[in-house]
Amino acid sequence: MSDDARRLKPVDVVIVGGGWAGSIMAKEMTEAGRSVVMLERGPDRSTASEGAYPASIDELEANFRYKLFQDLSKNTVTIRNNSQQTALPYRRMAAFLPGEGVGGAGLHWSGVHFRIPPDDLRMRSRVIEKYGAGFIPEGMNLQDYGVTYEELEPFFDKAEKVFGTSGEPYMINGKVVGKGNVFSPSRSDHFPLPALKDVYTAHLFRKAAEEAGFHPYSLPAANASRQYVNPYGAQMGPCNFCGYCSGYACYMYSKASPNVNILPVLRQHPLFDLRAGCHVLKVELDADGRRATGVTYTDPDGKVVTQPAEMVILTAFQFHNVRLMLLSGIGRPYDPVRNEGVVGRNFVYQNVTTSTVWLDRGVETNQYIGAGGGGVAFDDFNSENFDHGPLGFVGGSPVWVNQAGVRAIAAAHSGGPPGTPRWGSAWKAGMIDTYRHSLRIDAHGSNMAYRDVYLDLDPTWKDAYGQPLLRMTFDWKDNDIRMNRYVVDRIGDVAKAMGARRVNLTKREFGRPFDTRQYQTTHLGGGAVMGSDPGTSALNRYLQSWDVHNVFVIGANAFPQGTGYNPTGMVAALAYWAAHHIRTTYLASPGPLAG
Amino acid sequence: MTKGTWRALLAVVLAVATMGAGSARAQDDAQHDAVVARGAYMAVASDCAACHTASGGAPFAGGLAFNLPTGTLYAPNITPDRQTGIGQYSEAEFRRALRQGIRRDGATLYPAMPYPSYARLTDEDVHALYVYFMDGVKPVAHRVVQDGMSWPMSMRWPLAIWRTLYAPDPKDVRRDMDRRTFADPLVARGSYLVEGPGHCGACHTPRALTMQEKALTAADGPLYLSGGDAVDGWRPVSLRGENRTGLGRWNEHDIVRFLATGRMPLGAAFGGMTDAIGHGTQHMTDEDRLAIARYLKTLSPTATQVAQGWTYDPTATDALRAGNVSARGARSYVDRCAACHRTDGHGYPTTFPPLAGNPVVMDPRPDSLIRIVLEGNVLRATRQAPSAFVMPGFAASMDDAAVADTVTFIRAAWGNDAPAVTTADVGRIRRTLSPEHPPISLPMN
Repeated sequence: MSDDARRLKPVDVVIVGGGWAGSIMAKEMTEAGRSVVMLERGPDRSTASEGAYPASIDELEANFRYKLFQDLSKNTVTIRNNSQQTALPYRRMAAFLPGEGVGGAGLHWSGVHFRIPPDDLRMRSRVIEKYGAGFIPEGMNLQDYGVTYEELEPFFDKAEKVFGTSGEPYMINGKVVGKGNVFSPSRSDHFPLPALKDVYTAHLFRKAAEEAGFHPYSLPAANASRQYVNPYGAQMGPCNFCGYCSGYACYMYSKASPNVNILPVLRQHPLFDLRAGCHVLKVELDADGRRATGVTYTDPDGKVVTQPAEMVILTAFQFHNVRLMLLSGIGRPYDPVRNEGVVGRNFVYQNVTTSTVWLDRGVETNQYIGAGGGGVAFDDFNSENFDHGPLGFVGGSPVWVNQAGVRAIAAAHSGGPPGTPRWGSAWKAGMIDTYRHSLRIDAHGSNMAYRDVYLDLDPTWKDAYGQPLLRMTFDWKDNDIRMNRYVVDRIGDVAKAMGARRVNLTKREFGRPFDTRQYQTTHLGGGAVMGSDPGTSALNRYLQSWDVHNVFVIGANAFPQGTGYNPTGMVAALAYWAAHHIRTTYLASPGPLAG
Repeated sequence: MTKGTWRALLAVVLAVATMGAGSARAQDDAQHDAVVARGAYMAVASDCAACHTASGGAPFAGGLAFNLPTGTLYAPNITPDRQTGIGQYSEAEFRRALRQGIRRDGATLYPAMPYPSYARLTDEDVHALYVYFMDGVKPVAHRVVQDGMSWPMSMRWPLAIWRTLYAPDPKDVRRDMDRRTFADPLVARGSYLVEGPGHCGACHTPRALTMQEKALTAADGPLYLSGGDAVDGWRPVSLRGENRTGLGRWNEHDIVRFLATGRMPLGAAFGGMTDAIGHGTQHMTDEDRLAIARYLKTLSPTATQVAQGWTYDPTATDALRAGNVSARGARSYVDRCAACHRTDGHGYPTTFPPLAGNPVVMDPRPDSLIRIVLEGNVLRATRQAPSAFVMPGFAASMDDAAVADTVTFIRAAWGNDAPAVTTADVGRIRRTLSPEHPPISLPMN
């Protein structure tokens, strides 16, 4: 224990982070009769205040002043492209936008809600089966999750029902039932809500993708296509395609969030204690470091207090989870030189590029309309849905029109096509043309894990509490660039089928380093991955620390490498999966769940 | 009833339950517990906490302020504290206060205390309430000073005259109750709950100039529960069988669901009903809620309000969907209301209530509708419906003319047939808005 810390009354479970993973774990633990303290470093938040219409849809405040996002003046990361460089702090929001406050990024996410492709869960095995071990490039740490789709299916199903997810199934219990994604695995049940309607651009994309020989489907969206009551009794409104999802609390209560879908029930529970404004400094371990005894945090008055607990669950977002493990001495830190240790290993990002297609001037693309999770995608080049043999890369990318609503300032920022002046009447004409007649197509690709891409504690920079910042060492690798370039060329095929007037295909360029100044995605992953080998994973397949059995770590940190899909659906399913095993096995006899 | 009250009640029940080793003693205790529990339930059914528990205050310690035209009235402390509460009341004194509005010292209570309704409480229920308030409620020393009423209403003696003239004599009440017969025992129970402890008429029955309710029971005629005068700016609707403006199109199940959750497909609770549900009906048994519903469904429409039944008329919907916003208020409706209430007026039940066919919308007096547009409102969470929903207020962004236009549109669209609203109507309501806008605590979802 920290010597001068005030000790609070012990509880059964302390949860670090009040987002999706934290809220799911808190719900499950209170259902199991355990007392729960959930610590959230940011403020308490709700749709009633953050989503109060019309003040809530202030683009300047939300998307440019980052009202609901992490306060980087207190804590951030440092970034460098390779281990020869000196990392510098990420001081301004740009490449990725971590959340903060009750609900976490789950309050202001977009809502794309996927199940992971089954092949992605056993990617190493699958690649070796199909192409041989020699196919894996030197330095790529390709791994399996240690859990199968069949094992996770009930928890994907549960998460979709809690989130009120809208979608079109393809196969249920082995029978083809609908026009969903032909590459998607069989489900045990329908989506709780039918798919959102296609916006016009998605409709055009669907038609063109079919003509180009691909298999388009409606994106599964945690934006409710109708009003909905989830299994907890929490209610949602219907999405009205207003286009204010990402960066905003949904004033229609139609985008799933912990605040709307779980916390109303949890807040009423006598075993649940939510403490906002509490920043966790470290997980406390017993003398031999094998068991957590609680956490130490700073309370809203800045006092350092210790909350003893029987169990600690880290749900603080991917890189905060990794950092807390490093700061607390849970698991062996990764050493890229010796390729040993696990905490910080296999840090991954997502490989996203956005291309733009201009249609005839008679076609209005109505980009102001949108739903964060809605749209049309095809998976013909995602996961192991295609033959990588002749292509010579690992990984893949779904392709989609996910028109989330282009807002005024964003439209002005984008301006016109490449080559358009940045000012004057030509700029204005280009911007108007682009806003009115263009659409965007994303290649939302996977990013593989590499030996020299990792997280560790920065030797120089410290946060507002005097603790070292987390350091990211990250760059794009040729394998991933090749994958992106191949898939973006397929976007060109679709654009042609759409009768594009003009196309701007955006591809990764060989030798161009990761640029932190441009927004890409907040889908960060890995760093404390799950698996069946303690030598290459920090967590076992139940997301339990191999080293400290009463610490569970839930988040995209558990992904051994990136996937083409958005992570939230997988994180939610993993949370329910871990909770299930904690409830059915761990609570009765605490100890390692995997040998 | 607040969470704190339930905890206090639970603590008492548990404490009492674990007392006493001897079997006779245990039996007495068990009987006593049962009486305390019954009293606690009757306190819920009588909605005592709505007035006597201040927001954030100790249960029943009083202090809740009523802003009346004649001054401010503070609900007294009714915990068993001997100095500041009702700890010195004998059961007879308690009974007299409850049923006749006479304080322990003989002074008359302000009729904000619904003793004309509580006069109907049975001896058994009064006894249970007394035992509960003495043994089941934690005494809290909290002196409520009654100094907010202005003269002449600050004087108690005129109240005694009022009481003598208008409050029923419990003996007469008992005789009348014995005379009335009900074929269905559930209706009998419903009549007791609604006319007695529930004191629904205190808000939902019109009052005379001299402030007494024009009818105290269903037997008093069709004015009973035919819609009351504004309370805190909200106009309580008719609970009788009018098709357009009452509960004519609500079935038993709708009413039960409404009382439990504040929401059902045809409407949602707002204004003063929020507290009645929050403190009261959501904590009642399903059987009692059904009894209330069945009883309310026996109330015929008032003769003056016979109108052709509401049927959906798609004219307004068709126009809006064709992009025709030429009707008065249509444009404003589409811009500000339709996202939730839809261009077809159906809303998204039970998240966002319908405006088409909604009795509140067609009420002859538009006060509630105007107020809700100006001020917004919160559909509160209940135990069975944990989600709260906030309707934003438009007072800051719409002037009186715009509100009048919008409300007029709503009142005439989709088969609704209520008269137009004037700018002056909106101005009148706007002037009564609470200065500390928004006055409501926001829910956390």
